[in-house]
Amino acid sequence: MARISASVYTSHVPAIGAAIDHGKTGEDYWKPVFAGYDFSKQWMKDNKPDVIFLVYNDHATAFSLELIPTFAIGTAAQFKPADEGYGARPVPTVIGHPELASHIAQSVIQDDFDLTIVNRMDVDHGLTVPLSLMCGQPEAWPCPVIPFAVNVVQYPVPSGRRCFQLGQAIRRAVESYDEPLNVQIWGTGGMSHQLQGARAGLINAPWDNAFLDRLIADPAGQSEVPHVEYVREAGSEGIELVMWLIARGAMSDVAGGPAPMVRHRFYHVPASNTAVGHLILENG
Amino acid sequence: MALDKPYVDIPGTTIFDAEQSRKGYWLNQFCMSLMKAENRVRFKAGERAYLDEWPMSEAQKQAVLDRDLNRAISLGGNIYFLAKIGATDGKSFQQMAGSMTGMSEEEYRDMMIRGGRSPEGNRHLGEDGDAQPQHQPQGAAGRKNKEA
Repeated sequence: MARISASVYTSHVPAIGAAIDHGKTGEDYWKPVFAGYDFSKQWMKDNKPDVIFLVYNDHATAFSLELIPTFAIGTAAQFKPADEGYGARPVPTVIGHPELASHIAQSVIQDDFDLTIVNRMDVDHGLTVPLSLMCGQPEAWPCPVIPFAVNVVQYPVPSGRRCFQLGQAIRRAVESYDEPLNVQIWGTGGMSHQLQGARAGLINAPWDNAFLDRLIADPAGQSEVPHVEYVREAGSEGIELVMWLIARGAMSDVAGGPAPMVRHRFYHVPASNTAVGHLILENG
Repeated sequence: MALDKPYVDIPGTTIFDAEQSRKGYWLNQFCMSLMKAENRVRFKAGERAYLDEWPMSEAQKQAVLDRDLNRAISLGGNIYFLAKIGATDGKSFQQMAGSMTGMSEEEYRDMMIRGGRSPEGNRHLGEDGDAQPQHQPQGAAGRKNKEA
């Protein structure tokens, strides 16, 4: 039986990808950001999963306004890094896991979550920046990745409650897969940031840290927080944080297991316009 | 019955909801076309002619020509789509975001390094924070306006 061993949470700021790709990680501006992931890179080597289920959002890259799926699961054999207007990032092609992805799609849809199934999709910085932060610059990513795209661009986006419940359905799906795979689930995006209007540049460190506290200790409570609080307190793009609740919902304590262990926690302001937050939780 | 929009009282913030998306459909799809290198070349060679190929409103076209991102957003644009124009111009996301505040690039960057914009006074319209309509534009540009 497959199982989810851990969940990872991280911001996915595009400028972080650019800093890695252009060799700027040693600059004074970027050093403290990357220092927060030194532990994580070693942890990834010591705890290499068989598959990563990576929750992220597309930023008007694979999905234009022609088609706006609320939840989209990538079931293809591979996914190419996208050209987002600056040329594609020089990172490895993402190898998928079509068997597990199809199994999860079938299980989760039968569990009443209406996923969109995607067999051709380029993946943007939302997916590749977290891989770079956790894995560095390898020739190939350490394992297959199942991309799971959430619409957080056009309102209404899914509620925190819906995301938290979906995470629980994903855990059930993974645990009903026969092969004994070690699966990690990653939730990405956030933390506080706003990229538009006169309020651009908003950062709310106390709110972000309270979110981290509550995500760890009381995710069910956090899942009841309405959208408008994210927007008001963490900026219009801070709404991306609802995606973290998908990964958190997939942890075993939510289904009555022991509380997860907090292996790593990091917070830093700024990376470009954004507050960077990062957590690693292991199932007990 | 009217839709529930609890987010309209946040200053300096436009939520890209279904109504904004409908208004901005062609504006955003024009932006999307700039993902292709050959379209970026054609756009740069003749912006007006390229824009005239799209069923956008005159106001939307003018906002693009002026690179007025606040105006483009009020007309239905979404920042992730509008960012394709910035990429075509060789601008970073921080330059684009900063341009909407009236601050210079340096002023905006320094604000971020100091920890970003505080939410204090910027949660609801009617408060007195720096993102409120009565305090625009921000930075040296705003101070100059006040002295004049």
